[in-house]
Order: sequence, then C-alpha cells, then structure tokens
Amino acid sequence: MSSLEGVLAVWWREVVVYTREKERAISSVVTPLIWLFAFGAGLGASISVAGLNYQSFIFPGILAMNVLFTSMFYGMYVVWDKKLDVLKEILIAPQPRWVAFSGKVLGGLTICAIQATILMAVGALFMGIEITPLSYLSALAGALLFGMGSASLGLFIGAKLNSPDSFSLVMSFVMWPLFLTSGALYPIEHLPAYLQVLVHVNPMAYGVDLVRGALLNAWTYGPLLDAGVLLAFGALFFWLGKSAFEKMNLG
Amino acid sequence: MKSISYDTAPGRETHMSIQIRNLTKSFGKLTAVDRLSLDIEKGEIFGLLGPNGAGKTTLLSMLAVLMTPTSGTATVDGNDIVKAPLAVRKCIGMVFQGGSLDNLLTARENLQLHAKLYGVPMEVREQRIAEALELVELTSRANDRAGNFSGGMKRRLEIARALLHRPAVLFLDEPTVGLDPQTREHIWSYIKKLARAEEMTIILTTHYMEEADLLCDRIALIDRGKIVALDTPDGLKRRMGGDRVKLGCAKACSAAMLARIKKFPFVKSVSQEDGQLVLVVNNAPKHLQKLLKIVGDVEEVHVLPASLNEVFLQYTGREIRDESAEADMQAMVSGPGRHR
Ligand SMILES: Nc1ncnc2c1ncn2[C@@H]1O[C@H](COP(=O)(O)OP(=O)(O)O)[C@@H](O)[C@H]1O
Ligand SMILES: [Mg+2]
Repeated sequence: MSSLEGVLAVWWREVVVYTREKERAISSVVTPLIWLFAFGAGLGASISVAGLNYQSFIFPGILAMNVLFTSMFYGMYVVWDKKLDVLKEILIAPQPRWVAFSGKVLGGLTICAIQATILMAVGALFMGIEITPLSYLSALAGALLFGMGSASLGLFIGAKLNSPDSFSLVMSFVMWPLFLTSGALYPIEHLPAYLQVLVHVNPMAYGVDLVRGALLNAWTYGPLLDAGVLLAFGALFFWLGKSAFEKMNLG
Repeated sequence: MKSISYDTAPGRETHMSIQIRNLTKSFGKLTAVDRLSLDIEKGEIFGLLGPNGAGKTTLLSMLAVLMTPTSGTATVDGNDIVKAPLAVRKCIGMVFQGGSLDNLLTARENLQLHAKLYGVPMEVREQRIAEALELVELTSRANDRAGNFSGGMKRRLEIARALLHRPAVLFLDEPTVGLDPQTREHIWSYIKKLARAEEMTIILTTHYMEEADLLCDRIALIDRGKIVALDTPDGLKRRMGGDRVKLGCAKACSAAMLARIKKFPFVKSVSQEDGQLVLVVNNAPKHLQKLLKIVGDVEEVHVLPASLNEVFLQYTGREIRDESAEADMQAMVSGPGRHR
C-alpha cells in the first residue's frame, strides 16, 4: 500500500537526518550522562534510596527524562520545518496527513530507542547496573510506550506553534513540571499529599515507574497500571497530534 | 477594468486545466486573495506577475491545497480543491518559494523520498530519478548532499523533483528569486525545455518582468489579491500604447511634419522635448524606417521597448520592483528564520 510506504519513507527520512545531525545526536546523549554523573554521583555519595545507591535509583528516571526531552524537542522541531518549506514538501504529497504524522512519531521513537540503548550500555558498563536482555527489552518497551505520548505531544505543540520563540515557555510550563513531578529524581512516597496528587496525574510518573521496575524491580504502580496509563496517554496525544496535523494550514 | 464573465460551470470544460471562481483568502483583516476568478488552459505557461505581498504565494498555496480558502473555489485538472484535495495533490507538482530540500539528504535521496511519497511505481522509480537528474544536469552530483549545492543547483533539483510523478500541472513559485542572472537564464532554459517536451500546464509566479515576458503564454498582473490585467505579454504591452521612440532631430520639426507623423495609424502620440521628438509607436522596429523618411536627418535614435513594468505602473500606479521586493531578496539570502 502506498500509505504504508509513505509512513516508511517519512520514518526513513527522520532517522537518516538524525544520524547526520552530529551535534544534535551527541548533545542528546551527553546531557543525560552529565545528569547521571554530576547530579547522581555528587548528591548520591551521601544518600541511598529504597535500598539502592542514588545513582542507580535515578538512572531509570534520567532515561525517561531523555525520552521526554528528546521526543518533545524532536516533535517541536516541525516549527523549523514549517519556516523552511521542507514540511510543505511532505504535506503536499497525495497522502493523508496521518501518514506524515505517523512517520514522524516512528522516527522520534527510533531516535529515543537508539539513545536509550546507548544510555543503558553506559549504565551497565560504568555504573554497575545489572542489565539482562530481558530487562533491556522491557525497559526499552516502557521508554517507547512513554515516548509515543511525549513525541505526539511534541508534534502536537509543534503543529500549533508558529515560531520557535515559544519553545522556552513550553520548557518552563510543560517539560520541567512533567519531569520534576515524575518521581525521576526522588521516591514519591515521602512527598506531601498535595504533591503526590500532582505525581499521580503525571503520565511521565508511570513511564518512570515502568522503566524503573523493569531495570531495578522497584515498583510504585505496577506494570499493568503503568502500561494502561501510558497507552491511554499515547493514544490521546497521537489522536490530538494527528488532528493538529490535519488542521495545519501552511502559508 | 472590464469584468470577465464566465459562462461555464467549473470542471465542465475539458481543455481547462485550472478554473478559479471568486477565490478569497483572508488573514484577519487582510485579504491576501480577493474574489479572484481565472481560467488557465491545458498546456499553457501562465504567469502571475506582481510585487511582493500581492498574494501570489497564497493563491498557489490554495490551489495546492496547503491552505483552505476563506471562500470561493477552484478546480485543478477537474478536481475541486475543497472537495477532492487528494485528487488535486496527485496531479500537481510544486516548486516552493523558500528552500524545501532536505539539506542533509543527498540529491538522489531527496528524489527517492519524493518518489515514495507520491507512490511512483517501484519499477520505474530509479529510471525516472535518473532522467530527472539528467534533465537538470545534476547526474554527476547525485550522491552529494543538497546542503552543499549552490542556490541554482538547489532550484534545479527542486524542479527535477517536482516532475518525478509526472504532474499535469506544475506550480513554480518565484523560480529564480535570489539567483544571479546567469543561473536565472539557465533555469529559464529548463522551463522552456519542459514546456516543449511535456503536455504540462505550468503556472509560475514572479516579480521579474523579464521572466514573465520571456516564458509565459499569458500573464495576469496581480496586485493586492486581485487581477488587474490579463493578456499575452505582447497584448499587455500593446495596451501601453507601444514602444517609445526618441529621435534627436538635426533641425526643428515643422508643424506640417508633425501632422504627417500623427496620421500614421501605428503612431499613438507625438511630443517634443528639448529638441527631441518623442513618439509612442506600435511595433517600433517595423515602422522606424517610415518615420525616418519624414523626419529626415537625425543625430540619434533611441527605441525603448514597451515593458511590463510600465503596464503595471499604469494599472496600479506603482512600480513592480519596489523596496519590499529587495528586502525580500535580502531575507532569502540571509537565512531561513527570517523569510517572510
Ligand atoms: N500565513 C499568513 N498569515 C498572515 N498573513 C499572511 C500569511 N501568508 C501571507 N500573508 C500576507 O498575505 C499577503 C500576500 O502574501 P503572499 O501571498 O506571500 O504574497 P506574494 O507571494 O505575492 O509575495 C501579504 O500581505 C502577507 O503578509
Ligand atoms: Mg510569494
């Protein structure tokens, strides 16, 4: 089918472009490593959480953070494509708009998967995190389940924005709050009740829980609830993002 | 201006490639395209000539279903742009005003992406890509990244790409903006080659008079979202009255002489400006001889061909090449973020 071929073509384009954008690829792997080693090792020297050393505890959280930031920036990148006429060239093709959208989501997930794999390799080699093939695959699945929602959210925002000027607003009001209330950096059991509510309604908390459970076997919500919430989050924003692509007027 | 009446309903006439009826696009208070109606025939090279901000890109964007009209409608190759957007997209190719290549992909990869998105059958894909590269003389650079190409090469690659799926209608939005004169002529020769080789309708927008004059079968002068004049390039120039001829006479012209000159049907007006005889003449090169016979010895002869610029000036009271056009060129050169 030509729609499927269209999805694959856009996917291929996104991945090839990513592998050739050296700066973007390098910085997106280096940033989480800085978090892990500077923050994790620095603060972690004095703390242990849930029977784990702090660096190990935040490792899944940083992995989820990397998915969040990578996929959302990846999605919002369409604002640049819009400024040039690159996006028009794809959207003018005789394909329904969901084709371009799905190809972009798949591209974002592939990029997240590559980075998560690199991070887990670093974790296993240099941080003493025990990773088996099974835990690697389940952590990857968890990261991508969360990535589907956050990539769609990024694309949704990118389709709505007209200029990159609002990127920092999105960072302040969407990305940092999602990250900081996700339990990525601390266990949520010790939080005051009103903050716990914020965590419970944050889809990223379920992504962090799923990845942490898969790697460290430490759960807050359990795999079923995590997967259920993430699927709902992914489906909702996939649909919203697809609709935003369909409505997008390109001047 | 005389209003044009349209007897047939859109889509009926099979020799029409594009039929536009009362097409309008507003951005808030600004009406970028204003109840515009137009018929374009199959196989025609049609020019939309107007200054920056006239609404040319907006018009093309609606025809290419990148934008929904505020009101009105149009058909492209018989397909309604509002009711059958996918059918419209299948039959059009577009070269955008801004850069639309993936700079990180090679020339060939750019073409491959397009071929896949347009469902060009696998069996013919590589062959068509090879032909397209050949046409624009980029075969030897096929495996270089588009980002390393010069402006002219990029434009050529974009034209090649737009042809891969054999569109019935090709839109070229300012195909030579920002290119140096030599490259511009190069692109013109490709467009002419295309027009001869394919049964394709080409619609190009431009703010270069020369370009419209040289390439187009018919030209619509467009200003503030409206068509102010529509004709062949020669027809438009004829409306201006014709070429301007200046004769530096050896001795002052007698009244009788002026009267005889005025009698010629091809002479539109005669006046005298500090010793020079200034005439507006239809097809000056052809009739110059007859004029010289009457005037006698002249010290100098200037013939200024009628230009579309003057036509535009006459219809809108403004020059087509204004500062904003220059500013746009600057923006194009200085990078993507500031375009428009
Ligand atoms: N997406 C948009 N939003 C608001 N105004 C727009 C948009 N696109 C174009 N315009 C305005 O519409 C007018 C026509 O623009 P355009 O079609 O790009 O002109 P041209 O291509 O002839 O230079 C301009 O005044 C321009 O500023
Ligand atoms: Mg334009």
